[in-house]
Amino acid sequence: MRKIKSVSDLEKWREHILSKQKQDEVVVSVCGGTGCHAYGCKKVRDQFAKAIKKNDIDKKIRLRFTGCRGFCERGPIVTIQPQGIFYQRVQEKDVLLILSETVGKGKILENLLYEDAITKRKVTSEKEIPFYKAQHRLVLGNNGQIEPTKIEDYIGIGGYQALSKALFEMKPEQVIDEIKVSGLRGRGGAGFPTGKKWEDCRNAPGEIKYIICNCDEGDPGAYMDRSLLEGNPHSVLEGMIIGAYAIGGSHGYIYVRHEYPLACKNAETATTQARKAGLLGKNILGSGFSFDVEIAKGGGAFVCGESTALIASIEGKVGEPRSKQVHTVARGLWGKPTNLNNVETWANVPLIINKGSQWFSSIGTEKSKGTKIFSLVGKVKNTGLVEVPMGITLEKIIFDIGGGQQDGRKIKAVQTGGPSGGCIPASLFDLPVDFDSLTQVGSMMGSGGMIVMDEGTCMVDVAKYFVHFLEEESCGKCLPCREGLKRMGQILDNITEGRGDEESLVLLEELAEVVADTSICGLGKTAPNPVLSALRYFRPEFEAHIHQKRCPAAVCTSLIQYSISETDCTGCGACSKVCPTQAVKGEKKQSHFILAEICSKCGSCKDVCKANAVMVQ
Amino acid sequence: MDFEHVGKIIDKYQEKRTGLISILHDIQDRYHFLPEEALRKVASRLRMDLNDIYGVATFYKSFSLIPKGKHSITLCLGTACHVRGGPKILREMKKQLSIEPGQTTADKQFSLNLVNCLGVCAIGPVMFVDGKFYGEMNPLKAKRIIEKINKNKRKNGVKS
Repeated sequence: MRKIKSVSDLEKWREHILSKQKQDEVVVSVCGGTGCHAYGCKKVRDQFAKAIKKNDIDKKIRLRFTGCRGFCERGPIVTIQPQGIFYQRVQEKDVLLILSETVGKGKILENLLYEDAITKRKVTSEKEIPFYKAQHRLVLGNNGQIEPTKIEDYIGIGGYQALSKALFEMKPEQVIDEIKVSGLRGRGGAGFPTGKKWEDCRNAPGEIKYIICNCDEGDPGAYMDRSLLEGNPHSVLEGMIIGAYAIGGSHGYIYVRHEYPLACKNAETATTQARKAGLLGKNILGSGFSFDVEIAKGGGAFVCGESTALIASIEGKVGEPRSKQVHTVARGLWGKPTNLNNVETWANVPLIINKGSQWFSSIGTEKSKGTKIFSLVGKVKNTGLVEVPMGITLEKIIFDIGGGQQDGRKIKAVQTGGPSGGCIPASLFDLPVDFDSLTQVGSMMGSGGMIVMDEGTCMVDVAKYFVHFLEEESCGKCLPCREGLKRMGQILDNITEGRGDEESLVLLEELAEVVADTSICGLGKTAPNPVLSALRYFRPEFEAHIHQKRCPAAVCTSLIQYSISETDCTGCGACSKVCPTQAVKGEKKQSHFILAEICSKCGSCKDVCKANAVMVQ
Repeated sequence: MDFEHVGKIIDKYQEKRTGLISILHDIQDRYHFLPEEALRKVASRLRMDLNDIYGVATFYKSFSLIPKGKHSITLCLGTACHVRGGPKILREMKKQLSIEPGQTTADKQFSLNLVNCLGVCAIGPVMFVDGKFYGEMNPLKAKRIIEKINKNKRKNGVKS
């Protein structure tokens, strides 16, 4: 790797990289995101590498193992450029055929194409797939263009251009102004204006200032930060260096959950490469500005996503938050001014510097600018990562991009904002998605998890799930959060196990209010949101559990019983094959029955029954 | 148990206190838990109180002070996995292994862990078994994974 000491060195390097890319080159990209890994993309990639080498066509074909492409549900994904062919669910056995037919003869393999669920039309290119069509992939888009472990790929698509622009054409104050005017707000959850935070940190007295990237993506159901840091780590790093220049920071940390081993590895690789190239360390690009970054690992504590707890964790302490009367921009890591932003926020910075604040602020709504990446998951057909302009409606995301319901059950709500957010009912799906409108309906943007729920989801169970989640993750420092959540959990346990009474909901609401009002940090303050929003929009479900001892969604096991209708059962035996406890009995072609005493109420029989004969009461 | 490697791990992080969590991770990766002897060594080299190290080791969920089983079964119970039936898989795993989450089977073969999100939400419910992700799980598939590990064990005889 060459050491770059000036802007012209960087440009020369870029020209050199681009000159090596041949005009007629075929690029085969295999998605290496974690979702695709679960579907066996590593084997597909290895098979490609082997076949390309064996057939001696490595001069004609460039094989790329990219970061997450977003459409995880359809993995492993393979794309072929320049034709722009999009193959999904590719297996090892398909590799030779792709090389001989598609790459060799230009023939498209119909069986690997995406099929539109409604029109049944086969779609060849990514752009035509409904999942991608309505998206605006500014931040996530480059994941498919580069190999995350190759700095040359990032330089080739214009990487570090924003950094050189900031260092040589702009004063630190101008960089801050640009970010302020762009209207960029923190993507981690609260939506605090990024430029304002930078300015406060720059103005805070002190020689030493720290820059932190928060990749402790603890919100269950959200994984965009993981995909960004895994798939395009240099874009995050470039954002951090620009931020450090604007704020006057000399040292930075990327704090990564240890549950994300690939993100840790790719971030580590990126910092090492950047350091070797002279983009990190002393006198970056010969500008006189010095900055370096280290990787810090988390230990599996949700509360460490909170800035003060995260800082304590980097210091090698127990991750307990502190009261924020003095903000971290004034006194953070080791007591010094510290600017902390989320992965997605940092990745937006190079875009804004390159294309300008006017361009950025032209996207989105009045108070929420740019795009936001959501992880669209749960009971929806097309699951994966979607990047959309702020202000798009929930309806568009869930139905146009997500393709609507998954298995015949009607969608009834979407949960946003993780354990700090709430459930939004289907009647409000025309709501434009931005920071403020989500808060108005009792939820929040959060880091961008969007978990779709259908009629098979019990809202009391979901509320209980979040309370127990937070009870377990509470650091225990302050009483309202530690004890309050425990009691709320007990009340919800009682309701879902048929022991709820008239008093339960009154007490639950009262406790929720106290926990929200008196907890120290954001975890406790927002903890009651999932319960309060569920009560606000789905109260009848709570009442059914309490008064009729019935779970309408047939989820709460204490309140349900499985049986098979004698008249409807065709005796196909599918149910007895899937039953993990062998509770389903019956002869072939004869009506089956369930032994209640050994039935674990898992519902597997109901899921496979084609005759709809399995009943839940 | 040989603790020579602990010294090398501490060297890697230049005895820095900021490296504490990473040091503990590396020790756990090597020994499958945090042995007391190793923690004493960390305390002395980092010039920290053993109590503080113990505090960190017990606060963060990733760490264990008791030896883990040979096979690690991690079940994700993030929201997406939860609404798609994660708890049903947990019930099945508890039944198969006769242990509670966080525990290890008496024969030291399996450890069952829960995690609040593995970040593979699109293909939930997800299980992470011995370093491999398994997506779109159901109770039967989960049961088969355990059966397969047991079968391989029998096939390979005493070695495993």
